[in-house]
Formats: sequence, structure tokens, C-alpha cells
Amino acid sequence: MAAASVSSAVQVERCKTGIEGLDNILDGGIPRGNTVLVSGSCGTGKTTLSLEFLVRGAEARERGLFLSVTEASHKIQQNLATFDFFDKRIVDDGTLTFIDVPVLYDKLGLSKQEMTTEDIDLFVGAVAKLASELKVQRLVMDSITSVCYRIRHEEEIRDLILKLGKSLSDIACTTILVSEIGPQENRYSLYGVEEAIADGVILLGNVQRRGDLLRTLKIIKMRGTTHSRAQYVLDLTPLGILLAPYLKGGRGWEVA
Amino acid sequence: MANLSAGEIAERLRALSEGSGVAMKLGGTDYAGNYLQFLAAVLRDFALEAQAYTIYVSVTNPCALVNSLLSSLEIPADRVFFVDVISQTMMSSLTKLPNASYVESPTMLENVMLRVEYFLRKSSAPRRIVILDSVNSLAIHNDPAILSEFFHIMVNNLKSRGITTIILAVAEETNPELENLLSFVCDDTIQLGVTPSETKTP
Repeated sequence: MAAASVSSAVQVERCKTGIEGLDNILDGGIPRGNTVLVSGSCGTGKTTLSLEFLVRGAEARERGLFLSVTEASHKIQQNLATFDFFDKRIVDDGTLTFIDVPVLYDKLGLSKQEMTTEDIDLFVGAVAKLASELKVQRLVMDSITSVCYRIRHEEEIRDLILKLGKSLSDIACTTILVSEIGPQENRYSLYGVEEAIADGVILLGNVQRRGDLLRTLKIIKMRGTTHSRAQYVLDLTPLGILLAPYLKGGRGWEVA
Repeated sequence: MANLSAGEIAERLRALSEGSGVAMKLGGTDYAGNYLQFLAAVLRDFALEAQAYTIYVSVTNPCALVNSLLSSLEIPADRVFFVDVISQTMMSSLTKLPNASYVESPTMLENVMLRVEYFLRKSSAPRRIVILDSVNSLAIHNDPAILSEFFHIMVNNLKSRGITTIILAVAEETNPELENLLSFVCDDTIQLGVTPSETKTP
């Protein structure tokens, strides 16, 4: 159970991530329609967590869409096939769809390296249309950081996330935006504005204890639900992501 | 104390309710003989008969050694999973067993919990047993505070799910601090070949 002091009077509908430990610390799952930033440096499990969120959703007959910005989606599917929880039939029957964002850019004529305000509107509109046409209830963009590389001004990044979040929330789609940060950065996104706009932030990281590097997970914020604020150790297993409490043992810790 | 036979130990384990925590103390005199008797009692006479899956956390010896001992005792290992916490630390060339998961270091206690959880999810039998071999070996690598935290979380988690936990302890190497820890998390203690001089009271 989440470390809640009181239960809220109104129960918000949940989108269960299907990752048991994560749903427990989120008091049942992500509030449906939320836009959540999954932040972390490389190798912390951001993509795996996002993919499991979509696959578990597909198992519950919730359609999902994975928008791959940096890596070719066929490679992502090859990696996904190594997990026991993935059944390729959910891709074949259209319950889970993979789209390469560079292909989408080309179709929209967004070939310039820098996106204007109009380009952002065009991009958000295209993503919302795709989500609506495919009737998706879960969407992952991996990564929002790579999309933001093409945007010059912070206010335009703010605008992108606000519009994207609203248009997807309007169709009750729960969204994960993957955010890439450096290993020692004391923030949750590259530009510092994404976390303020997102409804939730899940921070993945590495913690060093006596020379051992442990993968960790912490919920920084999640609108619409009480949640644990403790730190957890994460393992990427063939059965999916497993979580255990981080042991403190009365000692301090340092960020790796 | 009179030495218990493997059958008598199994009988004691059967009498316990599911989800019990058990400290299994082995005497230092003829430790090897006591250890083999422990394996026969728990893995053959108790677990095999109950058609239980066993998750064996090996910290004292590499799981390959424990596996070969099971073989020599003609105990089938098809329902045994190993969480090997020592082989990678030893830096020896490693022949990996298909039914084992390897944790990099005995100080990565959360990963021990996570690998046990992994095998619990893989095993479908209604009866599951977790063996931790041993509290003394874990104490070599971890300070008492974090070890207490680990046992408190792990054993209580398993108890709440009706999974029996057996914690192995070498009687003569178990100091009062470890005795306190065992008595805190365990519901029963079974002694095997422990002489009166090895029995310490906390």
C-alpha cells in the first residue's frame, strides 16, 4: 500500500501499470488520463518500464501506442521478445502499435531540425489523431527529450507538453513521456519545464552503496493519488520489473 | 542434545504451520555430516514429499556444489531453484546452472529479495519453501543493522504469503547478536548435532 495518511473521498479511476510493485506504491495505479514523466539516465530501465506498461495494458485489452523517437521500433520489438511477458500476437492483432517518429516527421513535412510553433501544433495534432484513430488508452513517447531537442524555447516545450497532455487526456489516454537525464543531475528533465507540467514523475536511477550499483525507483509526484515517497530497488527480470524496498541499514548513501 | 534423524526433522517441519520461520542450527562437530543430513531432511523428506518448490539461497557455497551434493544424495533438483550469492564474488570460472540466478555480491541484499521473488513467481506449486544458507555467511559481508532489516522484511513478507523460511546457522559461529536476530524472525529452532558447549543464550 502507498504511504498514505488518509484516503481520498473520491476514488479516481486507475490505469493499472500491471507492474505489481509499482501499482502498490501508486495506491492502485496511475490515475487514468495522467501524463507521466519517466525520468532517468541511460540503463536505468525507462524503456523497459514503459514497454511493460503497454504490454500489461494490452493483456487487459487496452490498446497501446509506442512512439519511438530515437531507436528503430523493430529493434525495440526484438529486445521486447526476450521478456517472458511479451506475446507477439498483441502486435499482430493491433492491440499494441509501434510507430517511428522520424517517419511521422517525414509524413508531416517536419524535415527541418528546428520546430516552429506551427510545427509543434501539427505534431501534437498528428499524435492526438493517431491515438484517437487507433483508440489507444495507453501511449508512450520514447523520448520526449529527443522531441524537445528540436524546440528552441522553453515556453514552446511547455506548450508542447501541455497540448499533448490535454489532447490525450481528453480521450482518457494515459501517457508516459520518457525523459533522459544525466547520471548526476539534480532534476527530472533536460529542460526543467517538463516535470512541472506533467501530472506525475517517476524517477529511475542508480544508487551506489559500498561500491554496489543498485537500480532504484522513486515516485516524485503523481496528481490524483496518494503514493509512496520511499525509495525502491528495481530488477529487470524476464518476468518483468520487480521492486523491493531499498535497505537503509542506518547508513547514508550517495548518488552514483 | 540427541541428534535428530532426517525423518524426525522433516516431521518437526511438517508440524509447523505454513509460513513459519525456522532457524536450523547445525553443530560444528561433523559439520559436513550435519549439513548432508539437513539437505536430506529438508529437500528430500520434507519438500519432496510435500511436492513443494524450494528456493535455495546459497551464500556459503556455490550452488553448483549444493546441486552436486543433492545429486549424490539422489535428491531430484527439478523443483529446486538457486539464488547464488557467492559464485560471482569468488571470481571463479562459472558453470551456470539453468535453475539458478546469480547475484553479484552478498551485499546486494535487495537483489537477493528480488531473485527470490522472481523464482516464487516462476513456481506454481501451492507449497513453497525458501532456504537461506546461511545467516553466518551473510553476516561476514553485511553489518548487523542492514542484515536485521533484510531478515525482518524478507521473512515477514514470506510469512504473510504462507511460505516457510528456513534459515541455516552454524551454532558455534552464531554470536548473541545473530541469536537475537534469529529469535526475532523465527518461530521455531531445530538443532542438528549441536553440542551443549555450542549452545549460547543471548
